[in-house]
Amino acid sequence: MADARPRTVTFRVRRFEPGRDERPRWEDHRVEVTPGMTVLDGLWKVKEQSAPSLAWRSSCRMGICGSCGMLIDGRPRLACNTQVAELGSEVVAVGPLPNFDIVKDLVPDLRPMFETHRDLRPYLLRDDTEEQDDPTREYWQSPHELEEYLQFSYCIKCGCCMAACPTVATDPHYAGPMPLAQAQRYDSDSRDAGFGERREVLSGGDGPWRCHFAGECSQVCPKGVDPAKAIQLMKRDLVFDLLRLRRRKPPAAVAEAPHGLPREGIPPAPPRTVPEG
Amino acid sequence: MRDRTLWTAHLGAGGLILVFLGLHMAIMHLGLTGDGLGVPGDKAIDWASVALRAQSVFFAVTYVILVGATLYHGLYGLRNILLELNPGPALRKVIDVGLSVVGLALFAFGTWTALAAPGAATTVGG
Amino acid sequence: MASRAHPNRLGIRGWVGGGRWGFERYLYTLHRITGLGLLAYFLMHIFVTSTRVLGPASWKQAMDAVSGPLFAVGEYLVFAAFAFHAVNGVRLALIEHGFLIGPPIEPIYPYATSVGRQRPLAVAVMIVAGVIALWGGLDFLTLR
Ligand code: SF4
Ligand code: SF4
Ligand code: FES
Repeated sequence: MADARPRTVTFRVRRFEPGRDERPRWEDHRVEVTPGMTVLDGLWKVKEQSAPSLAWRSSCRMGICGSCGMLIDGRPRLACNTQVAELGSEVVAVGPLPNFDIVKDLVPDLRPMFETHRDLRPYLLRDDTEEQDDPTREYWQSPHELEEYLQFSYCIKCGCCMAACPTVATDPHYAGPMPLAQAQRYDSDSRDAGFGERREVLSGGDGPWRCHFAGECSQVCPKGVDPAKAIQLMKRDLVFDLLRLRRRKPPAAVAEAPHGLPREGIPPAPPRTVPEG
Repeated sequence: MRDRTLWTAHLGAGGLILVFLGLHMAIMHLGLTGDGLGVPGDKAIDWASVALRAQSVFFAVTYVILVGATLYHGLYGLRNILLELNPGPALRKVIDVGLSVVGLALFAFGTWTALAAPGAATTVGG
Repeated sequence: MASRAHPNRLGIRGWVGGGRWGFERYLYTLHRITGLGLLAYFLMHIFVTSTRVLGPASWKQAMDAVSGPLFAVGEYLVFAAFAFHAVNGVRLALIEHGFLIGPPIEPIYPYATSVGRQRPLAVAVMIVAGVIALWGGLDFLTLR
């Protein structure tokens, strides 16, 4: 006999209130499941119906901003990207991402990750400061060169990979999959000349040598960034560089202005709307 | 030395071990001594066989290489595990210095054994 | 302001735990355990075999000391550990130099990862290590 009542599940959320709680505790809330409901939707229901003080981070609710990484049923995932139905369990356990301090309830303190990320200079490093400050044209890059790093550039810095990594679990000094993958994203960008500078940090004891390809980061990454791949490619580059086997190319030059192309059939540019100067 | 160099050496040592330990295992368990030096493989740990190998320069050299590579590979692996347990800065120093000292001492001991064994084989085992 | 945040690092639990999503985590753990075991055996081995310097009597004494069935089983375990550590080590050396995990690709759902890409190799490693260990086992049993 089909059950006419709507299906409900238990949201078992991890609560921690700084200053009040000694340690985090679990709290159960019943939530009615509607079709297409995500874990994030469920948390909103819990907050509306029974736990108004429940705290978490979220923004875009579409897997873009990277705010809502949580430990859902034991696995780091994005709350907005995880359907309750897909979990298939009666009890949905939601905790903050492990390997980060808990600020409150489901809010992890991601600052250490971002500080490492910043230390690895995740932007184009080049000598032509003038061109960079006041660009004349774009830097030339072929579609093939783009593919060398495009996958890694999809990272939304959600920290799920850091929560899954066994090395990060014990070693707070280890740079971790997200910052390393982002360093590799720029090291393998044909427009970048920062390999030597990043190498100074990466050759040290907290660099990719702490990664042993347990592969967990890539298994949980919600964006298919595959940080484990980036880290192994990084090791190859660094070791080949040590053995003088790495081929070096100068960073891509500024693209030349097209010249001599016929402009037949292309209407003239409209008049300027902003005064010159 | 920085970890990039140490790690590369760790893998290099692993490669050496694969070759020389493979040889070592084959000799001790597959009877390759038989082909080379006329001693059946299942007798590889009999004194006659040991003494025979101890006299050979080839075995002395491969023993030294094997001891060095294995000590380095093993102790660097141990260091990896220990450092990933997040020891404090002082303990970190102790681990680095301690493992280096232990490694060098054992390497010296192993080398001495390989070089001193021929003497023992002739004077005592004769 | 002093942080009132609560520490939530998984600790050593994180080395063995997790792993609901891929068995490379277990290979990683096993690689560490076998590595530690092999190191312990090797250190012992250096001392036991160094008795050859003292001549045939000491050598024989040392060999007799490590000959019982307990040591036979122990030696076999060392051999099996070596088989696994060696074959898995070759896999790791290749992968950690960026081979066999494929080039960067466009992430299209459901995502293909480097872990999935090298999985056949990981399976092959287990099979090869298993075969070597089995063959070694027969050898150990029949030779003694
Ligand atoms: S690599 Fe993936 S899991 Fe890690 S922060 Fe980026 S998007 Fe998140
Ligand atoms: S592959 Fe490396 S970075 Fe990724 S989870 Fe494993 S050890 Fe951590
Ligand atoms: S809310 Fe933005 S990624 Fe989930």
